[in-house]
Amino acid sequence: MKIDAVALTVFVAFFGLVTVLGFYAARWRRGDLTQLDEWGLAGRRFGVAVSWFLIGGDLYTAYTLIAVPAAVYGTGAAGFFAVPYTILAYPIMFAVMPRLWNVSKHHNFVTPADFVRGRYGSNGLALAIALTGILATMPYIALQLVGMQVVIGAMGITGSGLAGDLPLIIAFVILAAYTYTSGLRAPAMIAFVKDIMIYAAVLVAICAIPAKLGGFAHVFAAAKVHFASVVPPAGSVILGPKAYWSYATLAIGSAMALFIYPHAVTGILSANRVDVVKRNAVLLPAYSFLLGLVALLGYAAIAAGVHVTAPSQVMPAFFRLLFPSWFVGFAFAAIAIGALVPAAVMSIAAANLWTRNVYKTYLKPSATGAQEAQNAKFSSLVVKLGALAFIIGVPTQYAINLQLLGGIWILQTFPAIVVGLFGRWFHHRALLWGWGAGMLAGTALSFSQGVKPTFAFTLGSATFAPYIGLDALLVNLAVTCLLTIAFDRAGIARQIDITSADEYLAAPAVVVATSTLG
Amino acid sequence: MKPGSQGKPTFWWLLALPFLALLFPGLYARSDPGLFGFPFFYWYQFVWLFATSALTALVYLRSR
Repeated sequence: MKIDAVALTVFVAFFGLVTVLGFYAARWRRGDLTQLDEWGLAGRRFGVAVSWFLIGGDLYTAYTLIAVPAAVYGTGAAGFFAVPYTILAYPIMFAVMPRLWNVSKHHNFVTPADFVRGRYGSNGLALAIALTGILATMPYIALQLVGMQVVIGAMGITGSGLAGDLPLIIAFVILAAYTYTSGLRAPAMIAFVKDIMIYAAVLVAICAIPAKLGGFAHVFAAAKVHFASVVPPAGSVILGPKAYWSYATLAIGSAMALFIYPHAVTGILSANRVDVVKRNAVLLPAYSFLLGLVALLGYAAIAAGVHVTAPSQVMPAFFRLLFPSWFVGFAFAAIAIGALVPAAVMSIAAANLWTRNVYKTYLKPSATGAQEAQNAKFSSLVVKLGALAFIIGVPTQYAINLQLLGGIWILQTFPAIVVGLFGRWFHHRALLWGWGAGMLAGTALSFSQGVKPTFAFTLGSATFAPYIGLDALLVNLAVTCLLTIAFDRAGIARQIDITSADEYLAAPAVVVATSTLG
Repeated sequence: MKPGSQGKPTFWWLLALPFLALLFPGLYARSDPGLFGFPFFYWYQFVWLFATSALTALVYLRSR
């Protein structure tokens, strides 16, 4: 493949722009970057608009924008579950996350594991939550690199060995450097550019469909013909009855997991007031609309006659086929920049978890705020280099499998985090055992299917194939409930809860200089 | 205390509607009626996307 000079120039120009922004971000809404909640949560001072861009840029990752249309291209309607998933995530966010924001504000919690530790008084349970978060986040960061790799490759930059990986290494070293200096402010600022570019690229692509491909009716008809002719059958344009269970359970299971991912919590906690979280639960679905349109581009690619060797190449190939070079460069830059925002937030979230719930709890309890921040900055570098080494060193499929397992694992923190936000019925030790059982069950079920997200049960003549994450969560909840009863009966003491009921409902009152109590 | 139960009547049950509407694909996994070239399966879910946002906004405004 020949290098596309025009596309490459546009690409490099935009990448240069966000690099400057990334470093400049350290000066934005200036705070003391030697403190963890300044570096890792940007001082909790983002309003509605900044949070909208940051959380949207963080959750709708470059990998998503490549993988969802690829799934629709490959399997049809089944791949569209991403839409109900990202619709249902928001009522859940609205009901749950304001409580987390409020209580975190009261107690200066930075991570979900901080909350669990405060609620249940158990370092062990907090450690389990933190390690689950780190484990689930690492492969997710690696997948952002895959997104970047795909578009770099599609511009004709290929090579063997180190030379082939060089553009990726450069991009990631730059990312690591400004995340180190600017913390969460860097991805927040870059998210503005990223999201506007993605919206522009997708809307142009959607608007071009009627003119270039003869309209949506034609696109759906072409997809239908295509799926009818594929041997062996790969999917269909209208969801088949056999896929109902997996479609619904993947949607609800993924929606339940979305906001307990560490990077989502980081985005939420950086809001400056609880109303920002609530309003964003109303406004963020705009990104789901975008995702739905992107998903449909998978059918557009079928109608356009795109043929690729790997599904992840569908989107880049579609853009190259239909659009002029400069626009291809723009769209590819949007995807590459789209990889930077989540990669930065995820590495910050993982670094916060490591610093708060491993380093500070176990290694250096006397650490000052400055030492915490320094440790977090350093561990964010380690996390990113780890992801880079992973992508260069091992087959991409491993990262994809691990990310899939990551979703199943994260769901096992639901009882401790989400149920914990509403009450303290569960015994902390029961939660730990339930978590362990869920992790084991989820991993084993998934491996038994060759690392797949669903597991088929046959009941009489009917077959159900629900999402393994939910199966494991049921195991988790059953163990947690039974052991809570057992431990309480056996008189095993519960630990102290440092939170109180009203702290979940409202932020701390603003401290005023003169007391009104007299 | 349940969310929003601070005296004012709220409409939290509205947030259950999107789940009922979307978690039973048998309700909407069909082609007809189409809309602007989109099969029912697709435009139905897009409509619920906007409806969910509107319902959440309503609950937000009512619970303030």
